[in-house]
Amino acid sequence: MAQIVPLIILIPALGAFINIFWGSRLKEDQSALVGIFASSGAFIIALLLYFNLLSTNYQEAIINPFFFDSWIRVGAENLEIPWQMRVDTLSVTMMLVITGVGTLIHVYARGYMHGDPLFSRFFAYLNMFLAFMLVLVTGNNLLMLFVGWEGVGLMSYLLIGFWFSKPKGEGYQNANAARKAFIANRVGDFGLLMAMFLSFWTFGTLDFFKPGEVINPNYQTGAAFGGAYGDSYDDHGAEDDHGDEHSAIPGTNFVLTSNLAVEEPVPGEGGEEAHGEEHGTDAAIAANPAFPDNSHLTMEQMGMFGQAERIIAEQEASGEVRMVQFGPFEMRFGVVITIITLFMLLGASGKSAQIPLFVWLPDAMAGPTPVSALIHAATMVTAGVYMMVRSNTFFHYAELTSFIVAIIGMTTALMAGFIAMGQWDIKRVLAYSTVSQLGFMVTAVGVHAYVPAMFHLVTHAFFKALLFLGSGSVIHGVEHGHHHAHEHGHGDDHGHDDHHEDDFDPQDMRNMGGLYTKMPITFFTYLIGTLALAGIYPFAGFWSKDEILADSWVIGVTEGGLKGLSGYLALVVLLVAAGFTAFYMWRQIELVFFGKPRTEAAENAPESSWWMLVPLIVLAFFSLTLGAMNQPGTHRFAIWIEYSALHAHASTFLILLALIALSFGIGGIVLAARIYGRDKGLVDGKDALEANPQTARFFNAANARLWWDDAYFAVFINPFIRAGKFLADRLDWKFLHDDFHDAITHGFQRLGKTLARPVDQGAIDGTVLGIGRLAQWAGGRMRRPQNGYVRTYAVILFSGAILVLIFLLIPLFGN
Amino acid sequence: MLPPSPVEVEAFVILSFVLFVIGTLGVILRKNAILVFMSVELMLNAGNLALVAFARQWSNIDGQLFVFFVMTVAAAEVAVGLALIVAIFRTKHSINIDELHQLEG
Repeated sequence: MAQIVPLIILIPALGAFINIFWGSRLKEDQSALVGIFASSGAFIIALLLYFNLLSTNYQEAIINPFFFDSWIRVGAENLEIPWQMRVDTLSVTMMLVITGVGTLIHVYARGYMHGDPLFSRFFAYLNMFLAFMLVLVTGNNLLMLFVGWEGVGLMSYLLIGFWFSKPKGEGYQNANAARKAFIANRVGDFGLLMAMFLSFWTFGTLDFFKPGEVINPNYQTGAAFGGAYGDSYDDHGAEDDHGDEHSAIPGTNFVLTSNLAVEEPVPGEGGEEAHGEEHGTDAAIAANPAFPDNSHLTMEQMGMFGQAERIIAEQEASGEVRMVQFGPFEMRFGVVITIITLFMLLGASGKSAQIPLFVWLPDAMAGPTPVSALIHAATMVTAGVYMMVRSNTFFHYAELTSFIVAIIGMTTALMAGFIAMGQWDIKRVLAYSTVSQLGFMVTAVGVHAYVPAMFHLVTHAFFKALLFLGSGSVIHGVEHGHHHAHEHGHGDDHGHDDHHEDDFDPQDMRNMGGLYTKMPITFFTYLIGTLALAGIYPFAGFWSKDEILADSWVIGVTEGGLKGLSGYLALVVLLVAAGFTAFYMWRQIELVFFGKPRTEAAENAPESSWWMLVPLIVLAFFSLTLGAMNQPGTHRFAIWIEYSALHAHASTFLILLALIALSFGIGGIVLAARIYGRDKGLVDGKDALEANPQTARFFNAANARLWWDDAYFAVFINPFIRAGKFLADRLDWKFLHDDFHDAITHGFQRLGKTLARPVDQGAIDGTVLGIGRLAQWAGGRMRRPQNGYVRTYAVILFSGAILVLIFLLIPLFGN
Repeated sequence: MLPPSPVEVEAFVILSFVLFVIGTLGVILRKNAILVFMSVELMLNAGNLALVAFARQWSNIDGQLFVFFVMTVAAAEVAVGLALIVAIFRTKHSINIDELHQLEG
């Protein structure tokens, strides 16, 4: 059943293919249908995989797709990287989020992009993005993850710069934002690449887990399964075990890693014992409930995480320190793991927009709103968190890295939350909010709370997508209201190409207000998203955010040293950040929806089409209910994740902490309501905080985005440009061009002048022209006899004949 | 093989030579294409006479055989040559070979 997983990539890729090559001939609705069908097809595959996991008791599977037998193989270097796809609880979680939210956003984009000249290209990009994102999450090795990682980076670049051709320099700004995102991500990619190289050097493989490996021994023992599945396997499965690790038998290019094939259970413990002895090491390759852990596997039979676990266990047992050789150097294994995880953190901070590389994400809002929702809120930016949760073994043992991860995460959360309070652009607020929430997730990884990290990732994907789509709906409405106000009657159904014929900014919250009555459905869904993000009971965000806080508290109490410190710090900082979150979100609600309309555009804003509203309603429903999947007590999501992540664990629910977190959230909302409520938010076009001299400094700092961009410009970009200018002016132009090139060209000129007369005009011309003249002269001579008179020719012929005769006769007279 | 000729071979050779010289002078001196043509025939037949005479002198049939070939070729040449002359006359309305000198170098 799990063999269908390649389709989840192929279907969106096919959709992209159709829209790329035939998109220009398709009508808008046809393009959109192709995109939506491709995306929902992937969603159906993800659902099937989910139910398959449920029915096989969460047994992961590793699939070799038919179209890639062995991806990279260098025999001499013992390098083998198979194109293997991994279906386990972690990857299926990501698949469901990506395709589920993705499908809703495709539907929404049908309404939002209506009238865009590049409509079909947009859907092609979205589908291609889905395909790459699914490569990222289904890959069973770091290199496949990297392929997806780069692919989504590319699609992100293309989609941020989607409106590159807008007039008045706006297109140029969009293209610049796209480049910024791409370049910031390159820095992060360097980190991921280094982590990959180091992992390969240390472990000799890039596979997360090899087929047959047991990921979490706690859930592989008979006790965990009870008798129902622990004893069951079938003979066919046993035969499969004979083949090599990657392709069990010819024709079946998938490997069952465990007791996935339970259609014909053969009960009986005796059979199982016999099986284990009979097949010896061959059988060991494909995991079997007979093996509760990985102790029967050699190092080569395990992926990098399994090897790391064993090395660390051996170190602890024997007290010897394992060294890793790097040519002439050697390094302690623990240090290597720390370096690998630090590089991974660099990679994650690029993709998941953490300090110091987060600056690209707010600018990425230049892209169309569905892109912001799908790529820059729900899916791509969580790739870094996914990668770190996937590598939880490394992070678990790298104490120093975990501390740094937690510090970076919480600083990012706090800082981005602060900046969000001073922004005017409705999407920019959400962008900083996303950075902040990603900071929450990264902090969770730092305090070893992998389940809450994933939980928050999932809930955040839904409510942040909802908020972005809601903001898109607001922008759409204000824009149409603007057209309506200025071109009475026929401005309503305009496309996107004539967006900004004047300086009106439909994204500026100062131009909004009072949209509550104009766009009621958008308002209610937006409100749900806001409450979920602010962490208000019983919305989804409450549960996931609370788990992160609870785990931070628990690690602070139970662990000493850096771990404990990071726990306490995370708790305090994240609580404040959560207060910020509630504050800036409610400020947004007040400025956008409440009060009186501040412009004609807001006055005339219509509600958006159903194409856009239906996804909002569905997302709002999930933002309201998704917390149910990991309720304290049952911890269904925690158990689900634990099957794929050894160090994941269910968190405790602390009612007091939950109340404190809730009070921070409500406090933020109340404060924002008091400051911005009843049309008090804007004082002479200034923010209420800006108008108040006591708080103006803070607001200006937030409004200036804490000068991060300015700092980067001062430290990196301007010196770089200056150095470039210097090199261009001095080295290239002055030295290379003026001096060096001129010296060479002048030298050649002089040499040429010297040689021209004697050699060229004298010798060469003389010879060549001489031959020509000779031929001319000879031709002139020889044309004389050719006078055309037949009798002349006859005379010459006879003379010749007589001459020949004479020559023949001479010998006769000679004797 | 053949009975000995009552006439000496020298007489044939002299006659042949005379005919050949007459033909040659005709070719060189006459302007009418038909007469030039006839002179060429005369030259060919002078050659034929010499060949036949020597064949008889040496009792070798090869000479006589060769004469047949020459006559065949001459017949073919007449056919082609006369056709050419007719064609030339049609375009130029003259068969004066001195007027046919467009191919001068």
